[in-house]
Amino acid sequence: MKILVCISRTADTTAKIAFTSNNTKFDEADVQFIINPYDEWYALVRALEMKEKDGATVQLISVGGPETDPLLRRGLSYGLDSAVRVNYSGSDPFRIASEIAAWVRGEGFDLILTGKETIDYNGSSVGGMIAALLGVPFISLATKLDLAGSRATVHREMEGGEEICEADLPLVVSCQKGVAEMRMPNIRGIQTARSKPFQVREPESGEELIQSLDFELPPAKAGVKLVPADQPEELVRLLHEEARVI
Amino acid sequence: MSVLVYVDQQDGKIKKAALEALSYGAAIGSQANLPVSALVAGQVPKEELDRLGSFGAGKVLHASNGELKSFDGAVHAALLKAAAAKENATVIVLSHNFHGKDIAPQLSVLLRAGLVTGVISLPDLSAEFTVKKSVFSGKAVARVKVISPVKILTLSPNSFPLTPSGKSAPVEKLEVALPASRVKVTSVEKESGAIPLPEAEIIVSGGRGMKGPENWGMLEALAQALGAATACSRPVADAGWRPHHEHVGQTGLTVRPNLYVALGISGAIQHLAGVNGSKVIVVINKDPEAPFFKAADYGLVGDIFQIVPALTQAVKKFKGE
Repeated sequence: MKILVCISRTADTTAKIAFTSNNTKFDEADVQFIINPYDEWYALVRALEMKEKDGATVQLISVGGPETDPLLRRGLSYGLDSAVRVNYSGSDPFRIASEIAAWVRGEGFDLILTGKETIDYNGSSVGGMIAALLGVPFISLATKLDLAGSRATVHREMEGGEEICEADLPLVVSCQKGVAEMRMPNIRGIQTARSKPFQVREPESGEELIQSLDFELPPAKAGVKLVPADQPEELVRLLHEEARVI
Repeated sequence: MSVLVYVDQQDGKIKKAALEALSYGAAIGSQANLPVSALVAGQVPKEELDRLGSFGAGKVLHASNGELKSFDGAVHAALLKAAAAKENATVIVLSHNFHGKDIAPQLSVLLRAGLVTGVISLPDLSAEFTVKKSVFSGKAVARVKVISPVKILTLSPNSFPLTPSGKSAPVEKLEVALPASRVKVTSVEKESGAIPLPEAEIIVSGGRGMKGPENWGMLEALAQALGAATACSRPVADAGWRPHHEHVGQTGLTVRPNLYVALGISGAIQHLAGVNGSKVIVVINKDPEAPFFKAADYGLVGDIFQIVPALTQAVKKFKGE
C-alpha cells in the first residue's frame, strides 16, 4: 500500500491578514507558517494511522518554494517515510494539481489524500483536479476513511447528514474533521525526520488557468450595538426594522 | 456562446443554493447578452423543473441516466462537459456546496477551463474576466482573473439574491452516454426535517456557555421561533453535546446566513472564520469581554438562561403567534 499525502504551506490560523505591494501580495511579516490544518490533522494523520495499522508506506508531497521544506520536515517528524517538493511557487490550482499528477504517474500510488481546502485560498480544487488528471475516482469531504484490500469505505458530508460510499483504489480523497484523531509528533519522530529521504523535483512546464490579481479586506464592522439584556423586544425590533433580517 | 448552470438537487428537490446559482448565471447572461441554460441531473419531478424558468433559465436540460444516481462527481462532470459542448457554454456556474466542490475541479480538468471557487459577486467583464472570491476564511477577498476561454465559477451560498420573474422555460431531455459511477453509495444518514446548515438563512448557535446538552431545548425553541437551523462551536461538538455536522468554524462548516445568533460562544478566531460571512451577527454572552462582541452587530450582555427564553417569547409575539 503506497499513500501520497499532499500538504500545503499556509499562514497560521491566528495570523493577522494584511497585504503589501499595492495589495497584490500577502504580508508575511511576523506571520508564522504552518502545514494547512486540514492536510496535517486529517489527511496526514490518517495516512500515519494506516501506516501503523497496515504497514502502508507514506510519502508527503508539496508544491512550493524552499520555504516549504521545514514544513515537509515537520510532516516527516510524525514518522512518515519520505517527502518530495516540487519547486514551483505559483498558486494556480490546475498547475499545482498537474505537478502532483505527473509525480503520481511516475511513482504509482494506491491512495492520494488531501485536506478539504487550504485555509488561505479556500479553493478546495486540487484534490478533484488530481483525480480527473489521473482518471481515478474522487471522494470529497470525507469524515471517515477505511480500507479493506483494494476497496475504500468513505463517509462523506452532505446537507444535514452523511453518505457512506465505497470505491476501488487507486483513489483520491479530500479529508476533513472526523477522519483522524489529532496528535503531535513524538521525540523519536522529530529526531529521525532529518534522515528521511527528501527530494526536490523541478516543475514541468504547464498551463495556468487562473491568476490571482489582488486582495482587499472586508469593510470594518461599524461596531457592536448593545441592547439591554432585559429588552429582547428591542433586539427583535432592530433585527426587523434596522437590519431587516427577520 | 452561452451560460450553463448546474442546478443541484437532493431527493428530487431543487436546492436553494442551486436557485441562487441559477439567478447568478442569469445575471451574467444579461450582463454579457448570452442565453442561459440550466442543467438538472437525476430524478426530479416536472413541477420542480418547471420552476427554473422563473429563476432565469431560458432552457432546462434534464438528464436522468442511471449512472447519475449514486453520486460520483466524475460522472456529473462528464455530463456537464457534454451539455457545455451542446450549448457552446463559455461560463459554467455551480453552487459552492458539497456537490459543487466535488464536480467543479473535475470539470475544470475535462474542459481545461479555469475554476474560481466560492465567488461572492458578479464577474467584471469590462476588460478581462475577473471575479471576486472569499479567501482567508472570509477575512479577505481576492480578485481573480480567469485566463482560459471557458470559465467555471462556484457561487458561495447566500451571496446572491433570489428574484423569481414568473417566466417559464422549456424542458428538454438531455440524452448522452455517461461513464459508470465508480462511487457506490451504500447508505445515507440524514436528520430528517432539519434545515441543512449551508442553506439556512438564520442560524442559532450554542457554545460552552450552554453548559450541557440538556439545555439545548431553549436554543431549539428560539431556532424554531425564528425558522432557523441550529449549530454549535467546536468544543460543543468535541464534547459530544451536539453532532459534528453542526460544528461551525475553521475546522467545521463555513456558513453565510443573513442572521447568526451566538449563545454562550466566546468567539475564538477559529470560530469567527466560519461565520464572518454572515450578514448580521447577534452575540449573547455573560462576559462583556468576549471577543465575539467585536465581530457582532448586536450584543446582549447577560445570562443566556434568562435572555434566550424571553427572546423566544419576543420573537413569537413579533410573528403574531
